[in-house]
Amino acid sequence: MNSRRFDFFLILPLAIFTLAFLILPVARLIAEAGSGPQGLAGFLVILTEARFRNSLIVTLLLAIVTTVATLAVATIAAQTLANRRFTGRGLLLSMLTFPLAFPGVVVGFMIILFGGRLGLVGSVTKSLVGTNVVFAYSLFGLFLGYLYFSVPRVLLTILAAAEKLDPSLVEAARSLGASPFAIQRDVVLPALFPAMYTGGALCFATAMGAFGTAFTLATNIDVVPLLIYTEFTLATNASMAAAISIALGLITWAALAIARNRAMRDVKGG
Amino acid sequence: MNTHAPMVTTRSGASIATRRLSKSFNGTTVLHPTDLEIPAGQILVLLGPSGCGKTTLLRLIAGLEQPDGPDMIRFDGEDVSGVPIEKRNVGMVFQSYALFPNMTVAENVGYGLKVRKVERAQREAETRRLLALVGLEEYADRRISAVSGGQRQRTALARALAIKPRVLLLDEPLAALDAVLRERLRVEIGLLLREFGITAVYVTHDQAEAMAIGDRIAVMEKGRIAQIDVPKEIYHRPANDFVADFVGTMNRIAGRVENGLLNIHGGETMARLNVGGPDRATTLCFRPEAARLASANGAISARVAATTFFGATQRLVAEVSSECRLQLDLPSNVSVTPGQILAFEIDPAAIIEFQTEA
Repeated sequence: MNSRRFDFFLILPLAIFTLAFLILPVARLIAEAGSGPQGLAGFLVILTEARFRNSLIVTLLLAIVTTVATLAVATIAAQTLANRRFTGRGLLLSMLTFPLAFPGVVVGFMIILFGGRLGLVGSVTKSLVGTNVVFAYSLFGLFLGYLYFSVPRVLLTILAAAEKLDPSLVEAARSLGASPFAIQRDVVLPALFPAMYTGGALCFATAMGAFGTAFTLATNIDVVPLLIYTEFTLATNASMAAAISIALGLITWAALAIARNRAMRDVKGG
Repeated sequence: MNTHAPMVTTRSGASIATRRLSKSFNGTTVLHPTDLEIPAGQILVLLGPSGCGKTTLLRLIAGLEQPDGPDMIRFDGEDVSGVPIEKRNVGMVFQSYALFPNMTVAENVGYGLKVRKVERAQREAETRRLLALVGLEEYADRRISAVSGGQRQRTALARALAIKPRVLLLDEPLAALDAVLRERLRVEIGLLLREFGITAVYVTHDQAEAMAIGDRIAVMEKGRIAQIDVPKEIYHRPANDFVADFVGTMNRIAGRVENGLLNIHGGETMARLNVGGPDRATTLCFRPEAARLASANGAISARVAATTFFGATQRLVAEVSSECRLQLDLPSNVSVTPGQILAFEIDPAAIIEFQTEA
């Protein structure tokens, strides 16, 4: 068999997958989006109509804040876990992988148990100060849910990179007189950046598109995935749902492309 | 001494002294109490097999490990035991180079000056000077991944020297390089360190490297210094069996001395070696190059088992008896073939005898 034909067979499964699950549905989605009363101008409605526009902005902000917070927590924790050996470290690491299998609904449920009307925080604050603090059904609850969902994933990614970091790099920087802050800025973070990008991209995409957690908590949250659901099922506005879906996809894709571009530039030659 | 004389550009660094310096990890002693004096400007090589404590000693001097007790390390008489490495002003060169991959060659060299907030123009001038010194001017703007192993280690050396350290500490700096490059660089590094006149501690397990670079060598074994001396003395007068074996090749002839003569049984003849002293059981040691060809009368005879050509010399593996195999160096123009019976004698001045239990 000549090598070109062999290459073709190697790439065939991916080609079928791409066609069946990516190109065809997206094409169908675009066609669907254009089939509404305004035609392809329906896409503009996403920006012109306040309800859709605000939803997009809120979702984007939520995803950015979630990503930044997740990266901060995970990067600090990963360095500590990589550099120190203590009893219970193995247990802690295995416990971190425990929630990896939880669907979004379960995550939402746990946030309700924590900060819902009958939640832990509510009952504690009620007995202490007399007010039942409830935050599970807000954007903050959703933020906590995404954090809970993302931190273990991102942490494990960055931990792998932190463990590979040559300890003599840090020792060399110290011998040159670098402060802990300078070492983080000049040595450690640049080395962790590719892993932070990978983890951050995963986290951002999840926070942009996750449905289960939002659906479980949603009473007054209007994030994009829920908007799509509402438009599609309740308003039976399939073309609008399709248009928002494409917009969501494009924004996420563009954000990840920009981040990857940056990451590649930073580690070029590294 | 004229104290008003301007500072010379060549710095000689600080003297290093350790007093009862020791280190244990979790109850295991990796360095037994060690006294060490390194005069300013001297290069001391710590030589030994892995696990002998040489790297621990280096890291203690660097400030990367904490000694077991206070006031164990002094630079120029000043106790630095409590001074963290960031403030100790030591230059370090690592086996893995430990260069920052996200910076260029020049940025690496200038990094120590940058964190010291040295003004940009001065920093760049100093960086250029050091790059010139190690022959890397053309590579200043290259990424670390775009220069060779030898160039990386020279970058690391320039980076360590840029901060004008009080002492320079090198941890197996050439171990990751191939043999040819290693040999060339050890000459270069030796010259450079002497040019700088800096106090340096150089860790290696390679005895040839130790000989080439060290003003003095400390041979270490199991967390102790077995012997510390100039390379010549280490080679010709090893303090014990361990040093004798670790540095160079050592031949051993075991036997019993009676009336000042050691009887050597081998092949068809029996030789007597005049060593003097009281009657005793002993082992005599000598280096391969202490052997020379001799007329059969009174010489030791041995059967040549193998020869290796080294250029100027050839090394023979010669069997005096089934228990006694020796390595002998002869000029390479002497024609020797395996199987041949050879008569040789040993330069009496080169015979070493360690005190052993009778």
